[in-house]
Amino acid sequence: MTTSPKEILRVEDLTVEFPTEDGVVHAVRGVSYALHEREVLGIVGESGSGKSVSSLAVMGLLPRGARVHGKILYRGDDVLKLPTRRRRALRGGKIAMIFQDPMTALNPVHTIGDQLAEAVLAHGLIPRKQALARAKEMLDLVGIPQAEQRLRSYPHEFSGGMRQRAMIAMAVINNPDVIIADEPTTALDVTVQAQILEKLLEVKDAVNAAIVLITHDLGVVAGIAHRVLVMYAGKPVEIGDTDSVFYRPRMPYTAGLLGSMPSLETSGGRLRPIGGAPPSLINLPPGCPFSPRCPLADATCTAEEPALGEAGEGGHLAACHHWRAVAEAPDPTALFHIESEAVS
Amino acid sequence: MTAQEHLLEVKDLVMHFPVRGSGLLRKTVGEVQAVSGVSMHVDPGETLGVVGESGCGKSTTGRAILQLHRPTSGSVLFDGDELTTMAPRRLRSVRRDMQIVFQDPYASLNPKLPVNDIIAEPLKVHGKWKDDGPKRVAELLELVGLNPEHGNRYPHEFSGGQRQRVGIARALALEPRLLVLDEPVSALDVSVQAGVVNLLEDLQDQFGLSYIFISHDLSVVRHISDRVAVMYLGKVVETGTRDDVYERPVHPYTQALLSAAPMANPKEERRRRRIILTGEVPSPLNPPSGCRFRTRCWKAQDICATEEPELKDRGTGHPSACHFPEVNTEVV
Ligand SMILES: Nc1ncnc2c1ncn2[C@@H]1O[C@H](COP(=O)(O)OP(=O)(O)O)[C@@H](O)[C@H]1O
Ligand code: SF4
Ligand SMILES: [Mg+2]
Repeated sequence: MTTSPKEILRVEDLTVEFPTEDGVVHAVRGVSYALHEREVLGIVGESGSGKSVSSLAVMGLLPRGARVHGKILYRGDDVLKLPTRRRRALRGGKIAMIFQDPMTALNPVHTIGDQLAEAVLAHGLIPRKQALARAKEMLDLVGIPQAEQRLRSYPHEFSGGMRQRAMIAMAVINNPDVIIADEPTTALDVTVQAQILEKLLEVKDAVNAAIVLITHDLGVVAGIAHRVLVMYAGKPVEIGDTDSVFYRPRMPYTAGLLGSMPSLETSGGRLRPIGGAPPSLINLPPGCPFSPRCPLADATCTAEEPALGEAGEGGHLAACHHWRAVAEAPDPTALFHIESEAVS
Repeated sequence: MTAQEHLLEVKDLVMHFPVRGSGLLRKTVGEVQAVSGVSMHVDPGETLGVVGESGCGKSTTGRAILQLHRPTSGSVLFDGDELTTMAPRRLRSVRRDMQIVFQDPYASLNPKLPVNDIIAEPLKVHGKWKDDGPKRVAELLELVGLNPEHGNRYPHEFSGGQRQRVGIARALALEPRLLVLDEPVSALDVSVQAGVVNLLEDLQDQFGLSYIFISHDLSVVRHISDRVAVMYLGKVVETGTRDDVYERPVHPYTQALLSAAPMANPKEERRRRRIILTGEVPSPLNPPSGCRFRTRCWKAQDICATEEPELKDRGTGHPSACHFPEVNTEVV
């Protein structure tokens, strides 16, 4: 496939394995997606589905011992094949990351100002004074009041919301084209989450970046993502335009997620849980990894793992043998039963 | 509304924790005003949702109701009996009727005991362990959707959702009338959370249980509650039926909170206008005078700093604590 001009990041068949004492953890089992300039791509899925590991792989931040395969193309260059020096230049430069816990990225013993300035200096030969000026400019941009003084603060003197703002400042200080934000608001209260998401989008527009927004909360991406990718057991199982995925899901797991969420808008009704639990990534079931929990599973499903393939118009992809049945169901969430979980 | 009609009636509950200095004498240098005059009631068979952000005093209220913290002042009537002044001995027997389930089942279940023993423990402590004890434990496991044959397994052998079911089975062992559920599904993935929520609803129907459902998750609270109390910095700022609170919110904080909560509905999300609050929650060590929300409120006037707005029906059909009550039907 050729790289179209507006595409800036392409991940192709990414796999990540962790050899452990208990066996090999197949954390990411073939993730592919493309990100276009200024786009917001939402990656959703429950804990352990491989959202974080696949993003850390893109950033080159996996622990030693992780086995990574596949291609990560940034503007056509395969990041995994770049010399270390160039790869480091990309990280925190053109590709930046924001974590759920800012303390993993902020150093507790240095001031915010020093850390921001360092981030600039690591990527360009400019005088320190200029780097500090840039740091102050960024704190202003992310809405930290009294930026001049705050440059001299240490991370622990900031509240959770302020730290996340500082983290955003750090991410955009070198004018990235890609920001990978991994659960950036999960640890925050809902009113602070709203502040931070608004700021993140504003800052993204200010620097013209694209965002990969990773979250377990479908509500967080609903209003802001252009496209959504749903992960399950280390794989994308559905990807498409946001409305298409939310209103016309093709994959039973996505439908199940939507049906199990209580609504803020209406009272009453009954939730539809997905029975069982996600499979062990050391010992995956044969066939479709969702088959043990899937109401549509049949012999084909347990025999053969479905590939991510076209499922209707508009570039909507799904990994399900029976995607048509899901697409045609009047209410796909009703494929799941409403009783409480059966005896396990 | 006389007190006797309610199963639980909480009046002007105050829970302050002293903050001690680091000096030799560890003198009290201040107090955390975790709960500052909270009133609420729960009727048989109903669910009161208590919602608010971290640090607003939700959990402390729950614990003070159960007398796990002895309140600084105020009254807690359970079935007509005053708990705050009750002798520990009697309190112990009343507690059979009121149990608590915590957010993190892993931290609240003894990891060294098989699940059968964990569930049997309250029965033994309260002298209810008879010959049919093991049968009772098996029944309880079945009741919460677990296989009784797995009762000899340890907590770590269960998934998060199953562990929370164990916590619920244990809480049900003494056939309580009231359960305080403190963020009971917050640690669970949404697909698993739904099963536990359904279970709680089924158990309520089956046994006529009353719940105080404490959560920061506005959607779950709407789903499960009959009535809702919204807390901010140690106070209830608004309360009413769930539709009162979610469809006709009056207090600016309730409105901001609801407008900030994300919904899995792209078209609605793009249409909604969020009320973005400025600043952060002030410290409960030194809460603002007057209305505690005033430092973040876009409607605040002088009176908000000098006069504390009482929680009462201000002509909107349900109680709220704002000098400038205004129904907003557009936030959700
Ligand atoms: N360093 C590691 N060693 C072994 N397994 C790991 C390591 N890091 C992550 N994993 C496993 O990889 C899987 C995917 O994890 P993760 O990407 O963190 O999921 P998510 O972000 O979707 O919650 C999980 O089973 C996790 O336990
Ligand atoms: S492939 Fe089969 S088991 Fe897998 S999601 Fe589709 S219908 Fe369900
Ligand atoms: Mg993660």
